[in-house]
Amino acid sequence: MDGRWGGVGVTMEEQQEDLIPVYIMGKRYMVPPTLTIMKAMEYAGYTLIRGVGCRGGFCGACATTYRIKGDPKLYFGLACQTVVQPEMYLAQIPFFPAQRSTYDITAMEPTPATLFSTYTELLRCLGCGACTKACPQDLDVRAYMAAGMKGDIAEMADLSFDCIMCGLCAARCPAEEAQYNIAILARRLYGRYLAPRSEHLEERLEEIEAGAFDERLEALKQLDRDELVERYEARDIEPESGD
Amino acid sequence: MNGYPAEMRESIKKVEATRMRRLDETHPRMSMEERERVLDEFHPDYIEERMRAVRIGVSKGQRMPLELAEIVEGRPRVSPDFDLSEPTAETDVLVIGGGGAGASAALLAQENGAQVIVATKLRFGDANTMMAQGGIQAADRPNDSPAIHYLDVIGGGHFTNDPDLVEALVMDAPYVIKWLEDLGMMFDKEPDGTMVERHGGGTSRMRMHSARDYSGAEIMRTVRDEVRNREDDIRVIEFSPAIELVLDDRGHVAGAIVMNLETRRLAYIKAKAVVMATGGGGRLHFQGFPTTNHYGATADGVVMAYRAGVELGYLESMQYHPTGAAFPEQILGQLVTEKTRGLGAQPVNKHGEQFVFPLEPRDVEAAAFIRECEERDNGVLTPTDQPGIWLDSPMIEIIHGDGTVEANLPAMVRQFKRFGIDITKEPMLVYPTLHYQNGGVRLKPDGSTTVPGLFIAGEVSGGVHGHNRLMGNSLLEVTVYGRRSGRSAAAFAQDATVGQPNLSHVANWNQELDETGVDTGVVSPILLPDYTRHV
Repeated sequence: MDGRWGGVGVTMEEQQEDLIPVYIMGKRYMVPPTLTIMKAMEYAGYTLIRGVGCRGGFCGACATTYRIKGDPKLYFGLACQTVVQPEMYLAQIPFFPAQRSTYDITAMEPTPATLFSTYTELLRCLGCGACTKACPQDLDVRAYMAAGMKGDIAEMADLSFDCIMCGLCAARCPAEEAQYNIAILARRLYGRYLAPRSEHLEERLEEIEAGAFDERLEALKQLDRDELVERYEARDIEPESGD
Repeated sequence: MNGYPAEMRESIKKVEATRMRRLDETHPRMSMEERERVLDEFHPDYIEERMRAVRIGVSKGQRMPLELAEIVEGRPRVSPDFDLSEPTAETDVLVIGGGGAGASAALLAQENGAQVIVATKLRFGDANTMMAQGGIQAADRPNDSPAIHYLDVIGGGHFTNDPDLVEALVMDAPYVIKWLEDLGMMFDKEPDGTMVERHGGGTSRMRMHSARDYSGAEIMRTVRDEVRNREDDIRVIEFSPAIELVLDDRGHVAGAIVMNLETRRLAYIKAKAVVMATGGGGRLHFQGFPTTNHYGATADGVVMAYRAGVELGYLESMQYHPTGAAFPEQILGQLVTEKTRGLGAQPVNKHGEQFVFPLEPRDVEAAAFIRECEERDNGVLTPTDQPGIWLDSPMIEIIHGDGTVEANLPAMVRQFKRFGIDITKEPMLVYPTLHYQNGGVRLKPDGSTTVPGLFIAGEVSGGVHGHNRLMGNSLLEVTVYGRRSGRSAAAFAQDATVGQPNLSHVANWNQELDETGVDTGVVSPILLPDYTRHV
């Protein structure tokens, strides 16, 4: 393991002269300007345990807040997806103690009352939009919270769908909401109760229960390699649908 | 950030010039002979000098990439004398790993009466499941059947798959879709409830179910949320990877040693049954490839199960996903979902011409990309000399209408937009990236192994995909085998008693290392890759 794919990019050697200063939790380091925040921290010598996960922008582990020297604005991003800038002050949020309710999804009704009673704080949302400004996914968190306050489960589910549950919204919220936990409740209520059911899926399960495929499977399992190759090459391939 | 440099834009003009003509043309599929030839000459698995046989243990002789063999032959982290007399915790079922397989196993074990502990290396849900974009296969449409799915899986795996494991995979698949739907997962559906299903590489029917391009994330956050709802019976311990299994005096599993990653303290968690669901090993960067895998994918489960005496298989084959990002360098190796090709984007060379059918099985497609760049010199070079192939995503908008890319590939749009590239109007540059460990620990269809009480689920296992996995069968594997292993582990725990716990298999391993003189200088499992700069 030589760090090629982590802290040091393949071409970093030739860029040594162009290092830029960043501040990791207040401490100054010189790093190559092409690195993401995450790789810059590793370049600086940090072995990451907290604040690192998929490294691909999907898991929400590396929620990061930063400021640029001289600029009062607070910025937010994912450390694995954001490239460093000169004079950047960085801090990751390793863990945020957000409120989460437990519930039995099988014993709920997909109604506004369910949302409000499971998360009573939902109705305390001030609509200030600090959450929307903080979202590294560019979701309109305020809008999905507004949908939630209207009791519109479907809209809350749809607008929050790309949420990676990093927690930056909750960290910024003056009303102490845990937006992302409320949103997943909405999505699960939608998926289980409000989304139209799949008839073809139910029919297939009945066929399997009735043993409709057992013989064909057993016959396939008995074929030798040559017979399998022949069957495989003779498959008819469903054309692409041009919807 | 400002998109493509001028030299690459020149090539993009050629892609644009051929686009309308290519809409009506698809490069033909390869014959079986053509497939074998391109694999043999260009697929990384076939580069002899980058592979070797493992020299000790029950699967001595099993070939695998050099980087994996080093780790498999490593020295244990724990001394055989470690004090097991006072376990830190006791439970019926210990699940090692907090990804899709581990979470599914925890739920089914709990439903079948077990008290469960989940020990996971990073946060609960930090796993490759979370990153899988494209979808999950299940034969649930009227023109499809589990038998057709079976044939696709076996052919994709070059007819080397374990037939019983494939049967379980395809027969359980529709049940898994139903299970996820009942848990509240939001599948892509038509207004009447019909599942939106598409092709993946190597499928003969459209059976790829999706949730936009957050399919794995949607599965992971749903099952994770459900585990959290059952906190009375399922305890999740984060930042605590297992470093060794513990057996009892009869050779049954008796739990595991876990390490608190922050304090480095070790603890013994005693359990009547263990589900090993630790995922794959992409972060070992086999043959120097970049990877799509999450930070913790270091093949820990293969190391631990092997030391406990379970056979390994199929590890001579790794999956290189044809479409890893090749530009910009900040996202080198990150996944560009196969769904992009499923929606109609063609791979084309620097001249804007097709050279391969867009949806060959992954190993064939990847080998064809490497051939196009290496042998035919038709790849596009980035400013850092990384070769790549264009993936012509704007075709999707022309075929399916404006807005299709944004609606179906929001994660991809976002990923590239951060670097000034609009994939609805410009193609993406891609090159094969290390994606999946086809092989691993051998198991039976109920998830059990040759060690009583030890069950296996997910990417850590080997056999179900043979030598090549098809898209959409890994999200299926983690849920099918997670559920099966969880159920089996709970049933096993119900009647099990734990004998005298010990680490004699670790002592035996050390002895075998000493006697054979095998010394790779590695202590394993390695737990995390080392990405710090060594100065």
